[in-house]
Amino acid sequence: MGIGTSILLKMNTESALGKLNVPGTVTTADISAARGAAQGVDLVLTSAELADKLADIPAPVAVVNNFMDAQEIESALSGHLPRA
Amino acid sequence: MSWFISILHFISVQILNVPAYLMGIVAAVGLIAMKKKPGEVVAGALKAAMGYLILGAGATVVINSLSPFGHLILKDTGAHGVVPTNEVITAQAASQFGAQSAYIIVFGFIIMLLLARFTPLRYVFLTGHHMVFMSTLLAVVLSVGFGAHQDFWVIAVGSVLMGAIMVVMPTFAQPFMNRIVGSRDGNLAIGHFNTLGYIIAGAAGAAVGKRSRSAEEVKFSHGLSFLRDSMVSTTVLMMVLYMVFAVWGIIAIPHDALLKVFADSTSGASADIGAYVMAAFAQALQFGIGVSIILYGVRIILGELVPAFQGIAQRVVPGAKPALDVPIVFPFGPNASLIGFLASFTGGLVALTLIAVWLGPQFGLALILPGMVPHFFDGGGAGVFGNATGGRRGAIVGGFLNGVLITLLPAFLLTVLGSLGMANSTFGDADFGWFGTVDGLIARTGMPLAPVSMIALALALVASAWIFKVRCVDKGWLPAEDRAQWLASQDAPEPRKVPANS
Repeated sequence: MGIGTSILLKMNTESALGKLNVPGTVTTADISAARGAAQGVDLVLTSAELADKLADIPAPVAVVNNFMDAQEIESALSGHLPRA
Repeated sequence: MSWFISILHFISVQILNVPAYLMGIVAAVGLIAMKKKPGEVVAGALKAAMGYLILGAGATVVINSLSPFGHLILKDTGAHGVVPTNEVITAQAASQFGAQSAYIIVFGFIIMLLLARFTPLRYVFLTGHHMVFMSTLLAVVLSVGFGAHQDFWVIAVGSVLMGAIMVVMPTFAQPFMNRIVGSRDGNLAIGHFNTLGYIIAGAAGAAVGKRSRSAEEVKFSHGLSFLRDSMVSTTVLMMVLYMVFAVWGIIAIPHDALLKVFADSTSGASADIGAYVMAAFAQALQFGIGVSIILYGVRIILGELVPAFQGIAQRVVPGAKPALDVPIVFPFGPNASLIGFLASFTGGLVALTLIAVWLGPQFGLALILPGMVPHFFDGGGAGVFGNATGGRRGAIVGGFLNGVLITLLPAFLLTVLGSLGMANSTFGDADFGWFGTVDGLIARTGMPLAPVSMIALALALVASAWIFKVRCVDKGWLPAEDRAQWLASQDAPEPRKVPANS
């Protein structure tokens, strides 16, 4: 929906990136603006019910079911990290 | 010394009395506390202040769309029509009550942290926009009740009430949240001011859905999922509402007066019926645009404030549970949230009819038209709560009751909002309704008794939540236990039939 929950996901994603030692910027967008915001990013994290709205964007989309679950976010990220 | 007084006067009047600058200062303090770099602190403060100003700009657009709508309804029906949308009423109240509400949010947050630190109510309420709405609501009802020039008492009492309600509501919802998540550890808490609606939905589900299976087993078409986009759903609903009353106008209003309905608005007087209909259509679009601008501003503010608040909370109250916004429960019942939304909307229409034919004429209540944002989020949440305790029937009944609740409560709330009660919008969610009305009625008893009674109310709420937490939540009580056992017995493999002794 993009008001409260996306900011939580953003904060947890930032801390997960920090854990994985990957520099990166995380931005949030609501579903109305997400398709525009997703142009030119490396990865989009979203919930299962919104994922199908983002089916045809160029960036890869990963689903996170529990926005507070650090483990789940980390595994979602590590599947899409550029090979060093 | 007079120059010193002048400087203090300048700071207090020109800076601390301007809500946008206050927001910026709060964000800056939070970011400094989190040891951010100077550049990030400046950027965060600037964005928080500008977010608040964007919110005001969006409010102007919305009001320009809503006032002709209210005018149209008045011409059609002779009644005062209101579309509850928290963002809109908050932005409208900001010019008059913005400073008090900014202080209430800061001190309320501090009181919440103290309660979370020293009582078993270990919750940190992190739904920033609801904090903004609640602090605005308290600033309004207390200012109206206490009378003029009582800013100190408004801020002091408002902060205590705010801090109390932020830990009390998540506590009462916790057993239901545990049922939704399916665990007793209480890791997920709800921090959303429609909690009364959720608890009623959960209790209703337990009452009606003892033998009802989960809504998640229903195959749903994706035809309605476009409504998840709040920009689309808000605008579509406003178009429908505007068109209904526009056509009503064609039938009920004399031709000459009809063409003048939009005379005072941005559309101007209409040349003919076609122009009149299209003017209504354009105004409905403007409403959607205004709400989108407001939401954009809210998001920018929260992007700076929420991380700062959480950073502070983690230092002060380690191990406290964050109480989060309602969409956090949607993944636990995507179907149930859709069912709840539709049922809530239906409940809203039924309650609207009730007001139109009985309560309005009887008690002078205003017509509460369905606000899309409250019905979508609150109804969806109520559906998930009802489904967790009572399956499909629970989701339908819970959503429906929630819809009735968030239509009747705003009507009562309007009576304690003073001059803001004449606006074409109001606060939508259940807790704003009941808490605002109760506080407003107590505040009316005037000085010096009212502040004392209200502090007592806050203490009583905290005490009852404390007892509930120790007696029920921490003991692992879950609602609708018999249904859970029935489901488990249904889903268990068939026990092999023992041949009867013949």
